[in-house]
Amino acid sequence: MQAIQVLNLTKEFNGFKAVNDISFSVEEGEIFGLLGPNGAGKTTTIRILSTTLRPTKGKVKVWGYDVKTDPDDVRRSIGIVFQDQTLDDRLTGVENLDFHARLYGMDKKMRKKRIEQVLKLVGLWDKRNTLVKYYSGGMCRRLEIARGLMHYPKVLFLDEPTLGLDAQTRHTIWEHIKSLNQREKIAILLTTHYMDEADILCNRVGIIDRGKILVIDRPENLKNLVGKDIISMKLSSPEKMIKLVAGFDWVKKSELHDGLLYLKVTKGDEKIPLLVNLAQKNSINVELVNLRKPTLEDVFLHFTGRTIRQEEGSTRQRISMRLRSWRRR
Amino acid sequence: MRKISFEAIYVLWLREIKTFVRARSRIIGNIVQPFFFLAIFGVGFKSSMKFATPQMSGIDYMQFLVPGLIGMALLFSSMFAGLSILWDRQFGFLREIMVAPVSRLSLVLGRVAGGMTTTILQALSILLIAWLFGFRIKGGASFFLSLILMALIGIGFVGMGVAFASKMEDMHGFQIVMNFIIMPIFFLSGALFPLEGIPSWLGFLMYIDPLTYGVDGMRAVMLGISHFPLAVNFTVLIAFCIVMLTLGSYLFSKCEV
Repeated sequence: MQAIQVLNLTKEFNGFKAVNDISFSVEEGEIFGLLGPNGAGKTTTIRILSTTLRPTKGKVKVWGYDVKTDPDDVRRSIGIVFQDQTLDDRLTGVENLDFHARLYGMDKKMRKKRIEQVLKLVGLWDKRNTLVKYYSGGMCRRLEIARGLMHYPKVLFLDEPTLGLDAQTRHTIWEHIKSLNQREKIAILLTTHYMDEADILCNRVGIIDRGKILVIDRPENLKNLVGKDIISMKLSSPEKMIKLVAGFDWVKKSELHDGLLYLKVTKGDEKIPLLVNLAQKNSINVELVNLRKPTLEDVFLHFTGRTIRQEEGSTRQRISMRLRSWRRR
Repeated sequence: MRKISFEAIYVLWLREIKTFVRARSRIIGNIVQPFFFLAIFGVGFKSSMKFATPQMSGIDYMQFLVPGLIGMALLFSSMFAGLSILWDRQFGFLREIMVAPVSRLSLVLGRVAGGMTTTILQALSILLIAWLFGFRIKGGASFFLSLILMALIGIGFVGMGVAFASKMEDMHGFQIVMNFIIMPIFFLSGALFPLEGIPSWLGFLMYIDPLTYGVDGMRAVMLGISHFPLAVNFTVLIAFCIVMLTLGSYLFSKCEV
């Protein structure tokens, strides 16, 4: 079964199309990422999927339930970690989880067992009786992930799960996300504007910009699509090597710079052993091999003609204009 | 969706109580204000003022003031409890509540239950302070009736607070509600002066103020003096509660986070 099905979804705010005719689906147990700059329509999409906004057009099903006709069934099937913090900091970690569990109608025995389980999963068991106002940003985010998991959701939404966190905390959270995806076998839809995050976590990535999804594929495929990997080698006789590789059709270009041989190839990681073997067979000494793969940054640039950072300023303005027009209503 | 979830009401109530007990500064602030009113206003006016109407003979200003101050505390703290939705919106917690598979009506009822409870606790603490100043209630039955009146006032104004908070996008509206709604309701309620012998334009405004009936009702049960018959007070308060609960739930169900 598909965990999420989105078909021709459009959401308008006063004529402004925040989400413009997008379609995608997320498989059971998959981590799917929506990658795009701020204001691209990621959060709007998540809010529609989590039933806090109604779609203008299109069909949206979560765990088989339609968000328009069965919002309560959808709510029961999903867990959400919002972009902004949504904890009550006057309560302790356990109290926040207990509040959540009761709202979702879990009985006492189940609550107790599950609170321990999820707090241990995110490494907050020792801090369970501390008031949330004394938690650090990373701990809050982990507690929110734990809370999102409390009621055994089938689908988990993570809206910018590591926004504003330091590098070390981000890595910890990525580890938690990966391990819970494996342990709990739940489908995860995450939004991010961090390339590395999408690359590391997601099975598939949809690149979204100005309300449109431009492309959906596995991160490797996307990167292979836009550019070739570059292998650089330091060899005892590079000229000899150039002649040797000239016959392979997977070598698109070979160049010699500062004593280093640069080869543009497809699927670079598979080619390194071939090249090393080839060199050794022809008694060429290999001193150094390096592989640079194109990043999702290159992919975004390829599809939008801009880098994701250039986009930030203009979308901020767009958002604030949109907010202002809401207020006027 | 339409079903009322008692578990949800309970857990919202529990949250209100827990955070109330933990916010000591709020409790102290809410008690100190009426304490000053009582100690300064009450004592000051008591010695220099006597009521002219024969019905009120034998009642000094201090006694007269206590039900009014309880009404004031009920008004302020229950409106704040309803408006606390704004804080929840500001700090994001409202979203956590709104995506839960629980009817909006249960969410409103939970908040009303919590707000009403903390409000009554504050009213009782004022009654205790008044007791130290020599204020006495007639008996057990009138104490019980006072509790019911306090609950009705609490429910009505929490509902009103929820209704206002549902229509406001952020905290900026709070001052407006404070100055243009809460303060007039307090001043016009007859908490500080009697309804007898006032000009008719003022009387009209006081008659449409729901808190007037709450304060008057409490004076009836605590002191045995009142402007309206007690039945009128109860009827108006119950109607006020029903209207505010309906309005609050309706507006809250329409609000987006």
